[in-house]
Amino acid sequence: MKAVKKQRNDLYFVTVGKDQAIPAVTYLRDAEGFSHLVMITVADWIEKGIFELNYIVHNYQLHVDISICTNIDREEATMHSAHHLWEQAWTYQRELKEMYGIDFPGSPRVDESFNLEGWDNIPPMRREFDTLKYANETFFPRPGRVSHDPATYMKQKLYPNE
Amino acid sequence: MSNSNNHKLLIKPDRSSYPKPDESGKLQVDLDSGKYVKVWHGPNHPGVTGNMSLELTLCGDEVVEAKTHVGYLHRGFEKIFERRTWMQCFPTVVRMCVPEPDSNEYNLAASMEELSNVEVPEYAQWMRTLVLEMARISNLLRLLPAHGGTMGLGLGVQWGVYLRDLILDRFEELTGARIYHMYIIPGGVRGKMPDGFKKRLISNLDDIDDFLLRLKRLVIDNAVFKKRSIGTGYIDPSWVDKYGIVGPNARAAGYKRDVRKDNPYLIYDQLDFEPYVDNEAASDIFSRTWVRFMDLKYGVEMIRQILAKMPTDGEILGKIPNALNWKIPTGQTYVRSESSRGEYGFFAVADGSEYPRRINLRGPSYTHAIALLEKLLVNANISDVSAIMVSLATCPPEIER
Repeated sequence: MKAVKKQRNDLYFVTVGKDQAIPAVTYLRDAEGFSHLVMITVADWIEKGIFELNYIVHNYQLHVDISICTNIDREEATMHSAHHLWEQAWTYQRELKEMYGIDFPGSPRVDESFNLEGWDNIPPMRREFDTLKYANETFFPRPGRVSHDPATYMKQKLYPNE
Repeated sequence: MSNSNNHKLLIKPDRSSYPKPDESGKLQVDLDSGKYVKVWHGPNHPGVTGNMSLELTLCGDEVVEAKTHVGYLHRGFEKIFERRTWMQCFPTVVRMCVPEPDSNEYNLAASMEELSNVEVPEYAQWMRTLVLEMARISNLLRLLPAHGGTMGLGLGVQWGVYLRDLILDRFEELTGARIYHMYIIPGGVRGKMPDGFKKRLISNLDDIDDFLLRLKRLVIDNAVFKKRSIGTGYIDPSWVDKYGIVGPNARAAGYKRDVRKDNPYLIYDQLDFEPYVDNEAASDIFSRTWVRFMDLKYGVEMIRQILAKMPTDGEILGKIPNALNWKIPTGQTYVRSESSRGEYGFFAVADGSEYPRRINLRGPSYTHAIALLEKLLVNANISDVSAIMVSLATCPPEIER
């Protein structure tokens, strides 16, 4: 265990190593009554070169959440699968593979498209994916369409004499 | 409402000619054999809840494999959030659930308040609770009759839409908007009750009481509805934690799951209520319909209770920084509320700038509409697909985000 942070009386963030994350959530589920997988989610810290994975689990007797956090390398984004612990875990993992490029070897249907059928670019939720650049390159302006800077345009329309 | 164990009365059909799984567990379906048909149920289909699609493989009229497809509505909300200031996220978060957007407003506001240590005045907390409960009943007025609608009982849907419109009138009066209210803002709410609002809302609640009596006769007591819904779409109670089942779907399986009771927020700890639980755990379509029926009934009572108990006046907004240049201190949190469909949560990460590092929605449909629905539809009759789907109250925008 690397760090524990109490966010609220009913929410704790516990940071562990990559190889300890799945054993930690397994222990919480099987021994401590954290039976509900709330979500598996990730925050992209591109400046540190890491993804911070969070496994949030809930205990219905204590009404407490614990988030098991672990950092994984952005360049070799691979994590152990949790699909054997909860049936819905593979859905989260499938989405994380598509949106962030994090692989979960052995997770069912992890390579099937989730939202983005036919997507051929880098995973779009990664911070380096530039939505504006992609939109300009993919959906270039139609002939005859004019773009304005909204602030300048509204000023000209509303106060033409100023 | 006793209908426990009726699912056990179902006669098991002969499935000896059905496809067999290979070593990896994947069904060996040869469409050229003429035994199987592949049907796309949606995204444009009257029996689909929103813009999603089910890829069904049928043997005769029985589903042998089902896959949920989403992405028909995807507008990249969570990517957009990373390029908007925290306050600019408000017009976007509400669009993650069209029929009940207020849970999104509350979750985002509560995340920002928690990370910035902002206090919300008591009157604003009562108003937030009122709005969240109004949103609950307005969504249930749409959803509950739809349970009958999937089986041809369309009249209840018309009644429900009319009454939902009356609640939307009250929303328009209070917030200026019918669908996307953006009334709950960080630090409080946008306004007080207009004159006469309370009286008009109580009158609408009386109309809903009358509607519930009529809907019970039309749908709940209907022989066709009972025949088709009892025993259909059975969720084994042991699946509740395994599949992340929450809200009314879990309560129909005998589990008392309600965030308002489990982790009270706003002023729910000052209200006297008990969420309805099907203690017999019938856990079929009928049971889920009955749980939602009781949710609507209790929701109406709760709004009456809030109106009776809440202070008549007070501050609506706490002290907040400049909203257009609000830098949230570095940190992360998970905030949840109880929507009409179950636990609805936001995982929010702040990096000290005006922009969110990450806002991730956890909607009940994420688990109900994919892993659970795909499981429930196997061996279901094609005519029951819509009914099973609607009984889970799936909402695709909260899956795609």
